[in-house]
Amino acid sequence: MHHLVIDRWSRGSSPLHARDPRAKLAVLLVFLVAVSTTPPRAQLAFVAYAALLIVAIRLAHLPLRGMAGRAALVLPFSATFALITWWSGDPLRALALAEKSFLSGMAALLMVSSTPLTAWTAALESWRAPRMLILVIQFVYRYLFVIAEQAQRMRWAALCRRGTQKGYFDFSAAAGLLGVLFARSWQRADGIYHAMLSRGFHGRFVPSPPPPFRASDAMFCSTCFAGCLAIRLLL
Amino acid sequence: MTRAIQVRGLRYRYADGTQALNGIDFHLDAGESVALFGANGSGKTTFVLHLNGLLRGEGSIEICGLPLADDTLQDLRSKVGVVFQDSDEQLFMPTVLEDVAFGPLNLGLSPEDATTRARTVLKRVGMAHALDRAPYHLSAGEKKRVAIAGVLAMDPEILVLDEPTTFLDPPARRDLVTLLRGLPQAKVLVTHDADLARALATRAVFFEQGRIAGEGEVIEIVQRFHWEYS
Repeated sequence: MHHLVIDRWSRGSSPLHARDPRAKLAVLLVFLVAVSTTPPRAQLAFVAYAALLIVAIRLAHLPLRGMAGRAALVLPFSATFALITWWSGDPLRALALAEKSFLSGMAALLMVSSTPLTAWTAALESWRAPRMLILVIQFVYRYLFVIAEQAQRMRWAALCRRGTQKGYFDFSAAAGLLGVLFARSWQRADGIYHAMLSRGFHGRFVPSPPPPFRASDAMFCSTCFAGCLAIRLLL
Repeated sequence: MTRAIQVRGLRYRYADGTQALNGIDFHLDAGESVALFGANGSGKTTFVLHLNGLLRGEGSIEICGLPLADDTLQDLRSKVGVVFQDSDEQLFMPTVLEDVAFGPLNLGLSPEDATTRARTVLKRVGMAHALDRAPYHLSAGEKKRVAIAGVLAMDPEILVLDEPTTFLDPPARRDLVTLLRGLPQAKVLVTHDADLARALATRAVFFEQGRIAGEGEVIEIVQRFHWEYS
């Protein structure tokens, strides 16, 4: 399943995995600011950002195609706005909108695929990010597993009983499945929450202390900052 | 003998109006193992969810002499370890080691001490080889062992096991019985499995419609309520 794949990727070993999560978060932040403030006419800059991401993905020993496919999941949302912009007579801005959302999605995916969840949420905590936000991220991440697993089981069960029926059957079955999926996921999530409470959970995941920020991490940050800045200002 | 659990007049009604528990009186002595029998929906699981405050009904509950109340809840949760029926609900951290260390960290142990304790209990349950594995990649028997390790890592005085043999194949079931026999904690076993109860429990309690309908030696209760598959 997709979520399992990303979790597995995040536990790999590569030069990028070895970087301090705080360094990767800082670089992600700078990258996102650079991409989002790049004017639509600077199409070469978007190519350069993409090249930067490809180098980083290679460095992390992650599959480029798999990453791109998952990052493309953001496209239906941004494509809606891009289409509206296109119809309003600004195709370059529409293109930039799609490029920005794809590149941002890809960068965020690269960060979570090269850093275990516990490590990057600990980094957020060390930056004094609101605890509620961190808690919500951790719960959403865990409950995504719950929903995905439940959906997988129900899909198999539905396929086993589908026979040769297609079309309307698929649609009506999917609508029914969706309702049951949320009811069952809620039930299971409730069970997980009970299990957490019974092991002393009191509203906060206890983070591991962050490792020392090394010179190599500082070097990584400076190089990436310089790269983003150069693309943003020169292209 | 010291009372590990003392429950008096426990009643609980779910939000939909179902009266799940209707005046339960129960006790468990230190080191004792009791099996809870009863049909599905008879109130067994609802009852054990009260033992560490996951549900709160009317009546009184004392764990190791400590009354269950808001200010004692955290202490009591370290004394009563609940192993849930479905291990997938219990294993929610990304790796086995992190999952087992979750409880000790919540108890306030330092990350180093929590990790050391987690390693020790994983070795004790025979799962030391799986420290860095993702829980969802384990077999049902291995998951159950890790779930038990997660509870043992909190150093509880009482173990509550809800249908511990569900999803287990015969060898995994045998291993589990051997493991549980070797644990010194007092145990409450919620089960339909009369053989498991005979192997582990000294006493049995039979639940029926939210009440205790009978109590005695395991063999006596099994015969009295015809509680066997064949």
